[in-house]
Amino acid sequence: MDLTVASNEHISDHHVLLKLTSKRPLPEMMPGQFVNIHVEDSPTTFLRRPISINFVDVSRNELWLLVAAVGEGTKHIAKLKAGDHLDCLFPLGHGFSDLAAIKSSIRSDKSVAATATVENDKAASPVYGKPDDDYRLRVLLVGGGVGVAPILYQGAEIKCQGGEPVFLLGARSAKDLLELDLFKKIGKVYITTEDASAGEKGFVTNHSILQDEHFDFIQTCGPTSMMKAVARFAKEKNIPCEVSLENMMACGLGACLCCVEKTVDGNLCVCKEGPVFNIKKLLW
Amino acid sequence: MTASGTFGYGVEFSDLVPLEEIGGIIVKGTTLERREGNDYPRMAETASGMLNCVGLQNKGVDYFCEHIYPEIKDIPTHFIVNVSGSSPERYAECASRIDELERIPAIELNISCPNVKDGGMAFGVTCEGAASVVKAVRKVYHKTLIVKLSPNVTSIADIARACEAEGADSVSLINTLMGMAIDIEHRCPKLSIGTGGLSGPAVKPVAVRMVHDVAKAVQIPVIGLGGIMTAEDAIEFMMAGATAIEIGTANFIDPAVTVKVKNGMAQWLECHGCKSVKEIIGVVK
Repeated sequence: MDLTVASNEHISDHHVLLKLTSKRPLPEMMPGQFVNIHVEDSPTTFLRRPISINFVDVSRNELWLLVAAVGEGTKHIAKLKAGDHLDCLFPLGHGFSDLAAIKSSIRSDKSVAATATVENDKAASPVYGKPDDDYRLRVLLVGGGVGVAPILYQGAEIKCQGGEPVFLLGARSAKDLLELDLFKKIGKVYITTEDASAGEKGFVTNHSILQDEHFDFIQTCGPTSMMKAVARFAKEKNIPCEVSLENMMACGLGACLCCVEKTVDGNLCVCKEGPVFNIKKLLW
Repeated sequence: MTASGTFGYGVEFSDLVPLEEIGGIIVKGTTLERREGNDYPRMAETASGMLNCVGLQNKGVDYFCEHIYPEIKDIPTHFIVNVSGSSPERYAECASRIDELERIPAIELNISCPNVKDGGMAFGVTCEGAASVVKAVRKVYHKTLIVKLSPNVTSIADIARACEAEGADSVSLINTLMGMAIDIEHRCPKLSIGTGGLSGPAVKPVAVRMVHDVAKAVQIPVIGLGGIMTAEDAIEFMMAGATAIEIGTANFIDPAVTVKVKNGMAQWLECHGCKSVKEIIGVVK
């Protein structure tokens, strides 16, 4: 599908916020899904560039992409101007669980736990019901670097669906924090920076909120090392967790089998079966 | 046709391109037993192309027959199964299973995969190896037998002749060229197994030359592939002697490329006053 650049705004030294639109209504998109962009007029860029969906503004028929200009392809995308056209394949992949899916996965985890408990100790009969309907599920959304992109859209959706999104964002330095004002409009925002220029010093997994508050579910996107640390924390605390992987892709459609991740079900394509996976499925 | 390993089983692309307009879909390399393939990373982008070392990940021929075939058999195009193995007997057993599938009119024997240690290219790099596989398969496979040739050889024409002598109905070429890319920051190969197969426009001149060589050497039809992105590329292969073409890596950039190339070729022929594509096949002597 051909999309038109509505605007392209520099939001840091290396990042642009690209807003795309179309005369036709954009298809339904889920947070965590991605757009595969054909970069024209860049001789060294052969394959499409997969970019995560940052936000969808339905009222303006706009699709937002937060692009880190790191390589030739993304630098090219960052130079686009309003009115330029872009050949995009989207929406691709499986995104983050929405609130309904989160609720049902928590319920099934608890019923498994309950069954196990009953088998182990017949005297105990804990009551594991569904969460109270008035209770707002607290979803911790952890983003690092440009990985904050899908976290914004997911947070907005979780809020719309009646959950409570809590953001934990990590960056090297205060100047690398992206879209902070937008995050603050949606929910509580906690920050870590490696140089202590904003929020608490260190990595996201060092933040005091992780010890002080309760969360029902964690969803994360960012550097692999960060996501692995988040996954370790989630396992320790027994909190269900989803991560968004960014293995290098060629086709983006599940055909070439280049972007595979080892899972409990064998090698799976990150582009088709992911990019979002529950950590239960990964061999992390 | 779409080249093996670049178009899945076709169904992955059904929302993006009308499958019935594609001449044929050559499905992912299939082996007797399930294979997990090589470790990630399996791909590195290169100038005008890419390296891959997927390593024949597939769920095995039984899974194909039971689960995938029923899903694709009624799609109105020609499905050809790419078959791989680690011994002539295994190739033959896999081929004989596919022989039973009514809606699969042909197989493409992959004797040229550069990414697995225990099969594929080992057979494709010598005339004796190629002949042994074709001979074993020919005994049990009764439909159209295409053999996909490796470019990683001294004389591809000799290998093609050996396949023809054992009863191959057609040869397709070229499979990927062995290559390597290095991550200079980490001082290590970019691919998990060190090397991989190069595809994309970067290999096209090599492929055209080899198609030209083979078309002169054998009587059976030659299928040309290697870096075709446009109708003009396809015409080049036909002029070199190919009677049909496959499109591979270009599917990753434009999922509808095969239909565009087909229509573009028809247009080119019309513009140049050709009544049939036969008028250009092998015109370059």
